[in-house]
Amino acid sequence: MRLAGRFGGAALSLLMVAVLGFFLFRVVPGDPVVSMTRGRPTTAAMQAELRAQFGLDRSLPEQFWSYFTSLLRGDLGTSFTFRRPVADVILERLGPTVLLVGTATLIAVLLGLWLGVRSAWRRGSAFDRVTTGVSLTLWAVPTFWLGMLLMMVTGDLFPSRGMRDTDTAPDFVSQALDVGHHLVLPSVTLVAVVCAEYALVMRSSLLEEMHAPYLTTARAKGLRDDLVRRRHAVPNAVLPAITLVFLRFGLVVAGAITTETVFSWPGLGLLFYDALTGPDYFLLQGLLVVTAGAVVVMNLLADLLHGVLDPRVKVV
Amino acid sequence: MSTFRAGLLAQRTGTAGAAVLVAAAVIALVAPLLIPADALDVTRVTAAAWQLPGAGHWLGTDHTGRSVALLMAQGTGTSLFVGLTAAVLSVGIGTLVGVLSGHFGGLLAGALLRVTDFFLVLPALVLAIALSTVLPRGLGTIILAIGLTSWPSTARMVRAQTLTIEARPFVERARALGGGHAHVIGRHVLPSVVPLVLVNATLAVASAIVAESTLAFLGLGDPTRISWGALLHQAQLHGAVPQRAWWYLLPPGLAIVAVVLAFTLVGRALEAVVTPKR
Repeated sequence: MRLAGRFGGAALSLLMVAVLGFFLFRVVPGDPVVSMTRGRPTTAAMQAELRAQFGLDRSLPEQFWSYFTSLLRGDLGTSFTFRRPVADVILERLGPTVLLVGTATLIAVLLGLWLGVRSAWRRGSAFDRVTTGVSLTLWAVPTFWLGMLLMMVTGDLFPSRGMRDTDTAPDFVSQALDVGHHLVLPSVTLVAVVCAEYALVMRSSLLEEMHAPYLTTARAKGLRDDLVRRRHAVPNAVLPAITLVFLRFGLVVAGAITTETVFSWPGLGLLFYDALTGPDYFLLQGLLVVTAGAVVVMNLLADLLHGVLDPRVKVV
Repeated sequence: MSTFRAGLLAQRTGTAGAAVLVAAAVIALVAPLLIPADALDVTRVTAAAWQLPGAGHWLGTDHTGRSVALLMAQGTGTSLFVGLTAAVLSVGIGTLVGVLSGHFGGLLAGALLRVTDFFLVLPALVLAIALSTVLPRGLGTIILAIGLTSWPSTARMVRAQTLTIEARPFVERARALGGGHAHVIGRHVLPSVVPLVLVNATLAVASAIVAESTLAFLGLGDPTRISWGALLHQAQLHGAVPQRAWWYLLPPGLAIVAVVLAFTLVGRALEAVVTPKR
């Protein structure tokens, strides 16, 4: 029953994503064709032709139906700037983003949880104050600015644009090393920003557990402080933190957009930037639907994962 | 003892944050009055571009020869104004949705909760980018884009508080005595929600300022106004990084960090006052 409810909720959310994607780009004031062709010489006939091409001359319900049925088929329309199907363009850029976001999230989760645990366990210690202070400061730092600073400070040490050099040897090892070399600065930027959030979340999660009676029992049994922390407190505190990591997936998405823009990392984030500078409405709409859909799915996963990891949840 | 020390620390950092904010507000109010229009007009500046900090331009000059210090001062107002108004809009919507969904049960509450949860998980920046791309460029668009996408967390919190208050006996008593919706909301729910909303608003300003700088950096800002984010956009566009123009890159970012951190610290200090630890 609970499972069915979760899936139903996620399906409803996906439907809302589709509806939002449609209305955001149609009901807002202004003619999309006018803003699409802003700054380019166009005649009224050309605009009418564009309108017909994008189906903008039909009634709103008709437009929605054709949009929605195409969406179900995986057809996101045609990109205005790339002159290719939006779905193809997005798929092409998926790999680099998964690489960057995956690397950064993995490092940020491990580092953030470790920092959070250490500072909560020794609350008020120098370590705690430094970690909390640095986390709060990093939370205030705009991602893109941090990226620019890193780029300026490291100079020529790391490549700052793109994902690979054109003159690298074609064998796998050199290619992988090259991509890894390019990956350093963008992932450090992303880790710094996201990790701060994770550390704060883990810290407060563990603080909630600190005065739980079962920890007193564990101590009364004569367990070493280290064991009380590792075996008893952390496993309980880490569950809500892990769920929050999934729930804040949107944060990573936002970070990826600015990081990729600063470092010209050829993923979805940079594609967002291309789409908004166009402006390429169909590409932007496709990106919105895909990223929002991915976030909804991540949340569903978080829910399911939480149910598997934490038997207490099933009772509720 | 240690909680007392932590509380005191929050107060002290809160005071420091408040001092930073007062300084920023003074700069924002005074700068437009003192800076001559000529100094910020690209066509009328006489200084050389990319000058290092020194006499005359104590933060150096930008890619057109304008003084970075003056640009920074001028940008303070825009960044603060957008941050404050977007936060008011966001917290206003959040409070309204939260109180309504907490007070009225049934279909309305269910629908509002559904919508809140939906927007809570969506990446706000993505929505804000979409909104500000579609709407005409301007200060109003930025404020709308940030305000309309960042309200759900406030709504959740206000809803929880509303539910807690409405379960209390004195609200039941007020209802039994014939108090209508308006009475219960106006006299009991809102007053208990206000402290929470204030804390939330302070933190919301912090994230709104970061959001504004991000949108401006992506080129979605008001092209006629100078803001800290817009300065960084210009710096990136004209190659301040390869030029190693630290005097152009550092001030806007540091200013954002200082003000955002100040709002966060004040918010945390307020939180400590409003919700004393058990």
